[in-house]
Amino acid sequence: MRKKRAGMGEAPYKKDNETFTYDGKKVTAYPAEKLFDMIKEDFGEDVEGEVKTFTAGVKKKKEYKEIWLKVKRERFHELVEWMSKIQVPHLAVASGRDAGEEIELIYHFSLFYGIRDSEVSLCVKVSLPKEDPVIDTITDILPGALITEREKQEMLGVKVKNIPDPRRVFTSDELPEGYYPWRNDNDPEVEKELVRDLSKEGL
Amino acid sequence: MAEKTFTVPIGPIHPALKEIESFILTVDGERVVNVELDLGYSHRGLEYIVTHRCNPIQAIYIAERICGICSTSHPYAYVQSMEHAAGITPPERAEIIRAIIGELERIHSHILWAGVAAHEIGFDTLLHWTWKIRENVLDVLEAITGNRINYAMFTIGGVRRDIDEKGIRQIRSSLQFYREVFDTFVATFIEDTTVKMRTRDVGILTREEAEKQVAVGPTARGSGVPKDVRYDKPYSAYADLDIYPIVPDEFTHEETKGDVYDRIVVRIFEVLQSVHILEDLCDLLESTPGPITYQQNLVVVLNQLKRAVGEGIGRHEAPRGEVFHYSMLNKREQPVVWKVRAPTYNNYASWIPMMKGTQIADIPIVIASIDPCLSCADRMTVVDERTGKSRVMTLQEMREMGWRKTKEIKRRVA
Repeated sequence: MRKKRAGMGEAPYKKDNETFTYDGKKVTAYPAEKLFDMIKEDFGEDVEGEVKTFTAGVKKKKEYKEIWLKVKRERFHELVEWMSKIQVPHLAVASGRDAGEEIELIYHFSLFYGIRDSEVSLCVKVSLPKEDPVIDTITDILPGALITEREKQEMLGVKVKNIPDPRRVFTSDELPEGYYPWRNDNDPEVEKELVRDLSKEGL
Repeated sequence: MAEKTFTVPIGPIHPALKEIESFILTVDGERVVNVELDLGYSHRGLEYIVTHRCNPIQAIYIAERICGICSTSHPYAYVQSMEHAAGITPPERAEIIRAIIGELERIHSHILWAGVAAHEIGFDTLLHWTWKIRENVLDVLEAITGNRINYAMFTIGGVRRDIDEKGIRQIRSSLQFYREVFDTFVATFIEDTTVKMRTRDVGILTREEAEKQVAVGPTARGSGVPKDVRYDKPYSAYADLDIYPIVPDEFTHEETKGDVYDRIVVRIFEVLQSVHILEDLCDLLESTPGPITYQQNLVVVLNQLKRAVGEGIGRHEAPRGEVFHYSMLNKREQPVVWKVRAPTYNNYASWIPMMKGTQIADIPIVIASIDPCLSCADRMTVVDERTGKSRVMTLQEMREMGWRKTKEIKRRVA
């Protein structure tokens, strides 16, 4: 059970990683630009985005890349399916914001984890109009996405279609229906009752 | 539901969890049939507070107080996300100091966890011993940052305090200490027959489940998923080091099962890994002079952030797994969006497959095995579905059930 430099040096399980197949070819990991081109090829006009590059390191500089995409909501589920054919994508979390007329969700995926220096972050943005904020669930592909989807429902008022468990997660049952904490267009009267500024109350 | 099953709610208040939440277990005799999670009892709305009241510098202090144990992980991810959003590059020396604090924190967090795990299975001697050796790294942290926890080292564009030669000497002597005690740590913990019998084949999370439930950190690595941000996507000074994720079969020489024992092995060897990483980082720090922030005047930094438009993500491999922050700036005093994702948020879901099929006596150690950043509850109610009667069962009772199981195993071994 002893090891001189545990967790440092060459990984002992490198061969594990050569098992990804895509299009019948064996690959270890695609570089971010190639992955982006592949997405562009398969989704065409329905996606737009860019590849961002960052540098890390002190003496040995290394680059890492992030793909920022904007996808039409009709094809979002298809995109996640597309990713899952390469590797089970890792979903860090879905964040979101109220962008005026729309609600913008950002799903933060990553692919090629488990391979040295190869992980690519994919931040996938989906815009939903406020009158009809419906998006497909991805829990059929990634069951672990359930909590973040439930959170988006209660915080932003998004409707997730076919969600297996639509209950609230973090907010209390006392929060009135139709009030969503992360939105900017809440009824100020309701907000006044719910949010207390303790510094103004002398506390 | 079958007639013979019981419903066992654990929580919302339960001291075995460090925060509040609730489990509703359906049990058939001693076996757990189904688990339901009820979360959100300690939701503090920090994202709302920051996006409505705080400027980006004030938000560092909020980020630092998200978690009391990993109080460097959240600022680490937060400042990264802000730097990406505003296009700021911290100086090299700051990147090394950040990684040093992160690794020192990992040592104390994993040793703390080892003590908690020992307590949950009834090894209180081990609890006291591990917490005693944990004091050493806390002393070092206090010496170089001024605090045992909440180090307040991070700022946007760098760090707030430098580590001088004396600090490096202190870190090195602490590393020497951990090298010396590590063999005892391994011998008393993972080579111990009773610990092994008590935790082997308990709370199994298979590799497929771990990937689909998007588990992170030692929970995923214990199931054999080699996932570690420091290796997959090196950031800061980690890019200079050859780190690879610790998976259990390398050290146990057995097939990875994804049980509690495997997760213990991962955490214990990550302590040794952090010691090695720190040795390299100390060498690197000595050979890299320079400033520790890109801009010392905070007013200038704040003005730059107020004018900035952009968005960024920050990721850090915290002791419990990947911490993820997303920030968006748009010419405003406060950040427009701030999303915090703590590792336990992703690991919640993996409790369900872990708990199904285990015994009630194993529940405390299974809950503890993902190192939840929540407090555990001291009380659970056992509802008898047939008679409709319910009784309250304390965590102490539940722990004692676990301790009895350990004693039984000890007797059998002897």
